[in-house]
Amino acid sequence: MEKKIQVQEETFDLRAEYDHLRSVSLKVGAVVTFTGTVRDLNEDESVQVLHLEHYPGMTERELDKIIDEAAERWDVIAATVIHRVGDLYPGDEIVFVGMSSQHRGDAFASCSFVMDYLKTRATFWKKEKTEEGDRWLTTRESDVTAADAWDKAQ
Amino acid sequence: MTIKIVFFASLREALGVDSVDLQISGSCSVSALIRQLSDQHSPEWLEILTAENIRVAVNHDIINEDVEVADGDEVAFFPPVTGG
Repeated sequence: MEKKIQVQEETFDLRAEYDHLRSVSLKVGAVVTFTGTVRDLNEDESVQVLHLEHYPGMTERELDKIIDEAAERWDVIAATVIHRVGDLYPGDEIVFVGMSSQHRGDAFASCSFVMDYLKTRATFWKKEKTEEGDRWLTTRESDVTAADAWDKAQ
Repeated sequence: MTIKIVFFASLREALGVDSVDLQISGSCSVSALIRQLSDQHSPEWLEILTAENIRVAVNHDIINEDVEVADGDEVAFFPPVTGG
């Protein structure tokens, strides 16, 4: 399996990432990609800046483990996770998860799995700067439920 | 021996510091380390570091129970993650 994990301030090139996932092997029959972006409104408050911090070293290791777990469950030929940190603005891309596989079922499921686990395990934290002031985001119950569902499905 | 302790996000802001190098003699558990930090700083530290939702990692691995730390280890305290 081909793995690519990057934590970076700069944005990413969707076409380049897709091309990498597609061209890594001629066995690839499906590429599924997910991109998360910054919303301008969260919990009814206007978001001006979204600041992301992480735990260098641990983050990359967690992402690596998450991809390995996905590859144990599904046929994964290549996996890419790119997560941005620093100050981001509404409309900006935050995260990219791309999976290539022989068939679409594995690509869809593994992409969803990596994203759900990333949400609850990878050491990133978001702070919103709104007109009402700054606030650290707290874990969404729905994100925990989504990750737990994969644990139960094991 | 020296243990490096790091704090992230809201926890870092609550404590007002992002890392501390703690000198300890002999072996030391994470819970003993928290007590020593509180003694050195303020009782508020004990409250903040033992809050229910706080996660602890030793050398980048989340721990779910008290463990012994050794010279050169890195111990991290942080709130639940919110990436993605």
